[in-house]
Amino acid sequence: MQKLTNRAVQIDRSPMTLSERSYLSSIAKGLGITLGHIFKKKATTSYPEEKRPFSPVFRGLHILNRDENGAERCTACGLCALACPAEAITMEAAERKPGEEKLYREEKYAAKYEINMLRCIFCGYCEEACPKDAIYLTETVMPSNYTRESFIYKKDDLLIPNPKKQDSK
Amino acid sequence: MLLLQVDTALIIEKVILISVILMGSLGIAMYATWGERKVAAVMQDRLGPDRAGPFGLLQPLADGLKLFFKEEIIPDRSTRFIFILGPCLAMLTALMTSAVVPWGPDYTTATGHVVSFQVADINIGMLFVFGVVSLGVYGVMLGGWASNNKFSLLSSIRAASQAISYELALGISLIALLMLTGTLSLREIVAQQHGFWNDGYFSWNFFKQPVGFIIFLTCAFAELNRAPFDLPECESELNMGYHQEYSSMKLGFYLFAEYINMFVSSAIIVTLFFGGYNFPFMDKVAAGAGPMLFTIICILVLLTKVVCMILFFMFIRWTVPRFRYDQLMKLGWRSLIPLALINMLVTGVLILWVFKK
Repeated sequence: MQKLTNRAVQIDRSPMTLSERSYLSSIAKGLGITLGHIFKKKATTSYPEEKRPFSPVFRGLHILNRDENGAERCTACGLCALACPAEAITMEAAERKPGEEKLYREEKYAAKYEINMLRCIFCGYCEEACPKDAIYLTETVMPSNYTRESFIYKKDDLLIPNPKKQDSK
Repeated sequence: MLLLQVDTALIIEKVILISVILMGSLGIAMYATWGERKVAAVMQDRLGPDRAGPFGLLQPLADGLKLFFKEEIIPDRSTRFIFILGPCLAMLTALMTSAVVPWGPDYTTATGHVVSFQVADINIGMLFVFGVVSLGVYGVMLGGWASNNKFSLLSSIRAASQAISYELALGISLIALLMLTGTLSLREIVAQQHGFWNDGYFSWNFFKQPVGFIIFLTCAFAELNRAPFDLPECESELNMGYHQEYSSMKLGFYLFAEYINMFVSSAIIVTLFFGGYNFPFMDKVAAGAGPMLFTIICILVLLTKVVCMILFFMFIRWTVPRFRYDQLMKLGWRSLIPLALINMLVTGVLILWVFKK
């Protein structure tokens, strides 16, 4: 019969010799292996103090972005909600009133924007769907909580702080 | 008429020594639990406990505190008195053996008073150790029986038969050693192993009785119920083993007794085979250092050896897979006992005909 790979090894099934049956040599060998592990790199880290770097494609909590003047980019077009396979995003649109040009970049904005983090699967389709570069997935891991309500992230939780306002403070 | 002369100073000295040894063995056993978890972590490329205090050094305290605060459950149909007696006996027998171990050489004070670092120098020291070790089975047996649980009972029966089987080989392997030393007193056995090199050969008994040492060590593992012979505690087939019905500090006593046993038996092994507090070039050190310093060095040497032995016990536990029960019995009855008998006969023949003592 033709061999599939060259990795097949003939197993030695001859009865054990006296030195093998005394176990001592194999125990010494085993001790050598375990002692060797003293010098090996630890696989675990002491977590909260020491964090492992995420992979470059890691997708964590969402943020809603602002433009360079500090105005909200989101126009409540609903494409992210449409793209979302888990149906985690809901929003309500509103029209910009005169005098609110500093707050919202375009004539339409999201009055209400909610992501249910218990539904969200962090696929990142919303980020890909957004035509206005408004929603991004960050490198933050979602924190745990006690109530279901706290996992519904409102617009205030998602929106990044206004850089202009921070400068004026 | 001979009256018993009671020396008050002696009583005070012994009480202090006993309390120091008790506290010391409890403390070492406590940190042995921490050490075991750290050793296990190192073997498995983990960090181990590091939350409580620096390097997790307060972990044993936290564990003990937790066990004290746990709910104490005594099963409804258990034999209450024996149920409580079980862990007490386990703890008692674990601590009793340390009485005959010589922890250091005699120290003569300036007034000529001799301070002995051995609680009781009885001339049948080894026999005493054997007696207490045999009693240790009762803790497990009574606990398992009184729990009124099938699994506990099965496990304790296993523990008892394992301990009794391995005690035979343990005893026979020591007979060979006792033929060499000619005494049962641990103090004299240590004194005979003075220094490291004597009359053109190593003075430690390990080099005179290597086979006896291996048999003794294997049996010690079995007596301690430690891996690879930890059959009385078997999560897979007998739930938790003989202490399944135990909770709170009574469970803690059983677990703790194992570590005290490990410490004391390490001390006994070191005393019997690795020269106790003796170390190479000790005569030169004794001449150079003062008697006080020399005594402290000796005690530290003994403790270092004991700690190395405990570490060895742990390395073995995390290296060797566990034996099946029939394999355990086969090893005990069909390998170790004949080997110990042959070792005893060969030693006897050598002593009688070759060395002509």
